[in-house]
Amino acid sequence: MADNIPVKSFLNEVGNISQFTGRFFSQWYRPRYEISEFIRQCYFIGYKSLPLIGLTGFIMGLVLTMQLRPTMVDYGVESQIPAIVGIAIIREIGPVLTALIFAGKIGSSIGAELGSMKVTEQIDAMEVSGTNPFKYLVVSRVLAATLMLPILTILSDAVSLYGSYLGVNIRGQTSSSLFWIQVIESIDFYDVLPAFIKTYFFGFAVGIIGCYKGYNSSKGTEGVGRSANSAVVVSSIIIFILDLLAVQITDLLGYN
Amino acid sequence: MITLEQKRTKKTQLSTVIDVLSIKNLYKSFGENKVLVDFNFTLHKGENVVVLGKSGSGKSVLIKCIIGLLNPDEGEITVLNEHVLELNTTEMDKIRAKIGFLFQSNALYDSMTVRENLEFPLRRHWIKVTQEEVNELVKQALDDVGLGYTVDMMPIELSGGMRKRVALARTMILKPEIILYDEPTTGLDPITGKEIINLMIKIKKKYNTSSLIISHDMNCVKMAADRIVILLEGKCYAEGNYETLKNNKDPKVMQFFE
Repeated sequence: MADNIPVKSFLNEVGNISQFTGRFFSQWYRPRYEISEFIRQCYFIGYKSLPLIGLTGFIMGLVLTMQLRPTMVDYGVESQIPAIVGIAIIREIGPVLTALIFAGKIGSSIGAELGSMKVTEQIDAMEVSGTNPFKYLVVSRVLAATLMLPILTILSDAVSLYGSYLGVNIRGQTSSSLFWIQVIESIDFYDVLPAFIKTYFFGFAVGIIGCYKGYNSSKGTEGVGRSANSAVVVSSIIIFILDLLAVQITDLLGYN
Repeated sequence: MITLEQKRTKKTQLSTVIDVLSIKNLYKSFGENKVLVDFNFTLHKGENVVVLGKSGSGKSVLIKCIIGLLNPDEGEITVLNEHVLELNTTEMDKIRAKIGFLFQSNALYDSMTVRENLEFPLRRHWIKVTQEEVNELVKQALDDVGLGYTVDMMPIELSGGMRKRVALARTMILKPEIILYDEPTTGLDPITGKEIINLMIKIKKKYNTSSLIISHDMNCVKMAADRIVILLEGKCYAEGNYETLKNNKDPKVMQFFE
């Protein structure tokens, strides 16, 4: 009997998240449109995440190249480093790592912000002020997260590849034009498209889980911390599950 | 020379009591915990009523039912002649514009300045208001609570008492007909608490508002209440003015005044 309790609470949580997501889809297109809040959130979620995403992307490209180099040299395919790193970053590492960093920064901040607003009655105050707090707080944040993550991923991929270019040139010499030609020739449309599409789903997952955890926060300040923490954990797990599904779907469609 | 007819009319006017809020047979429970059980209450125009009760007796639940933040299980709530439980969201928002709500925790938006906090309900309820009007109303509301200089400050920069006064200014900015105060002096030192009570009395006199005050602070009860309602076991257990209830010999009433 006791074994059933975690399963029950897990299923309850899944049910509640589904209900919350359903509420989002039933409300996002209806007026009143919170455009100024959406733009504000795009600024915070997108623009303010740029330095972190850029830095981690750069280090990722550089380190990946430096780690890969000895093995490539052993096999005598050193010249293929730009192509391999390019494919790895564009198809998988760029979107997933950016999404995980994004979940850590944005998921936790949304969870903590809404959680704190919930326990200090700010959400109730909004409702009393003639505002639909779900639309104002949740819809604007989820839409901003969904739209900003793909843009951040593109930028992260570009910075990553630049890091890789520097990595290639630490021990060897490759011209900038040769590096970029090799990268571009190695990737095609079907490498880019599925990777780009899945970032929308990653962004949506981070937004909706962060909002769900914050919006349903309880038990005072302890609950706020727990909301922020579980927002990151749950959205990270969902990112991996979505990634697995995305790979299966692209495989089924013959894009792999 | 006042005629007999004029005297009669004046007497009738004085004795006419307008109910701005009425609650009938209200029930609210959370699972097995019955919080409100057949609660009945009326608030008259221009009156300050304090609902007195122990912690967890359902005082905050009561005002959250009135403003529509909680749905009661049964009963009828009439605010300014509208049955609030039958209203849709748009109609409820119109009623909410006429009710001010001072939250126990102040509920100031942390990410907004004092000005933005005050502008928020204005922009939401009065969509066609111009920037000049907004500026004037914000200034007036802050001047009423003596905090005009805080307009560009963030809530985190204010002391507890200042935050309460800003929250009161935000509550007042729409010139509500009814104000619901949820434990207005909780967490404040006695002097600041007294200042808040005096502000509440000043606002009532200036704008002729009706107020429902939730409190267990006897200083607040004594100073602000025209009438006191004791909420016990989910019901309106006793009511009357301060002196009447203070001299009541019922032990359940006496415990509040000891």
